[in-house]
Amino acid sequence: MAKYAFFLGCIMPLRYPGIESASREVFKSLGVELVDMQGASCCPAPGVMRSFDQTYWMAVAARNLAIAEKMGVDGVMTICNGCFDTLFEVAHKLNHDPEARKKINRILKEASGMEYNGTVTVRHFVELLYRDVGLEAIKAKVQGGKNLKAAVHYGCHFLKPSNIKKIDDSERPHVFDDIVEAAGMTSVPYKDKGMCCGAGGGVRARTPDVALKMTKENLANMTAAGVDVIVDCCPFCHLQYDSGQAQLKEYKIPVLHLSQLLGLAFGLEKDKLGLEVHQVKVNL
Amino acid sequence: MALAETKEPNPEFTRKVIEAGGKTVNLCFQCGTCTGSCPSGRQTAFRVRKVVRRAQLGFEEDVLPSEDLWLCTTCFTCYERCPRGVEIVDIIMALRNMAVRKGYMAEAHRKVADGICKTGHLVSLRDEDKALRAKLGLQATPPTVFSDPKALEEVKKIAAICGFDKLVQTGGK
Repeated sequence: MAKYAFFLGCIMPLRYPGIESASREVFKSLGVELVDMQGASCCPAPGVMRSFDQTYWMAVAARNLAIAEKMGVDGVMTICNGCFDTLFEVAHKLNHDPEARKKINRILKEASGMEYNGTVTVRHFVELLYRDVGLEAIKAKVQGGKNLKAAVHYGCHFLKPSNIKKIDDSERPHVFDDIVEAAGMTSVPYKDKGMCCGAGGGVRARTPDVALKMTKENLANMTAAGVDVIVDCCPFCHLQYDSGQAQLKEYKIPVLHLSQLLGLAFGLEKDKLGLEVHQVKVNL
Repeated sequence: MALAETKEPNPEFTRKVIEAGGKTVNLCFQCGTCTGSCPSGRQTAFRVRKVVRRAQLGFEEDVLPSEDLWLCTTCFTCYERCPRGVEIVDIIMALRNMAVRKGYMAEAHRKVADGICKTGHLVSLRDEDKALRAKLGLQATPPTVFSDPKALEEVKKIAAICGFDKLVQTGGK
């Protein structure tokens, strides 16, 4: 059985814990064991923390990677684009820049006694589902249910920067859509589908009105395509679409993280999905 | 907005941008593919091409205090499409790291960073979160630094070694 360190991050466990319970159930049913990372912290978030101090950003990320390295697992898995970006980019930098690795390990060792050795693979859950679990295994778990018209939102940091992530074409990706379709839904094309939700890079915290304008443009495009649900693969995009609609008031498209959508498709009890904390009511 | 108030290029500042991670800044030939691809620039007067040009010419006083620097969502669309392979997000990050050290730090961002300094997470753990986690069958307090004081000390120590805690407390001033 494949075994992964489960990186929780911040928004999922604290604001949408239903994504966490759904992820745990879904991966268990697909034969992937998720192991908790005792003492992990924020990734740290690539928006504010990387903007403030890239040395600190890399050192804290290296600590999280070092925790996973000690666990004897096949890799570290995250269900968040932001955490994925930090952990993947920092691992990539430290694996390719011996000077940076030396500098960061000096800090990490002094603070924790640990070092980053470059032995852990960072996995995004959508990519892991597509490449390792496979569409057929997902289809085999689907219990029927409604065929919903889904606006798939990839977000930015799952695929980009694509020169190092090498998961899918960043302009015309298909892996996430394929999983949504394997779950019995229809992925609907919509205008400017690859556009940012608006939240990233510290924009949501600093200029929430600007972030919301981007969110609104996406919501208008999704509405024009007649979708039933927004499906994301990142709790930060999830938060932006869910709370953004509550602020804008004119849109009411339910927002599901892919783990929750798979939970519904696999026939998990709705109680396990934590949908009651969503600001846009989910009645699917 | 004019590109800059500064009249003379300052190669010394450009060199600092390169050293701080913006190593591709001089590859830019100002075609504007970045601005044309920018979701933030669709909603505002932010023009990412101009940020890169200011960095290229070393117009420190025009680029570091600028609000534009903070309107990038780091979506990487420009980075993907740049015909010159300019790593635009890396340039913006290098500039932001320099800007906060000059005291150009929004209070909203300072608060976010203060959260991680104190708790190791960006988001707080409230009683209602614990209750919902327990109801979902999850460990009420996540198995992270929240339930491990020794682990939190390690994260705090990294902040102290990097001077990150001081940067956040003083707002870079």
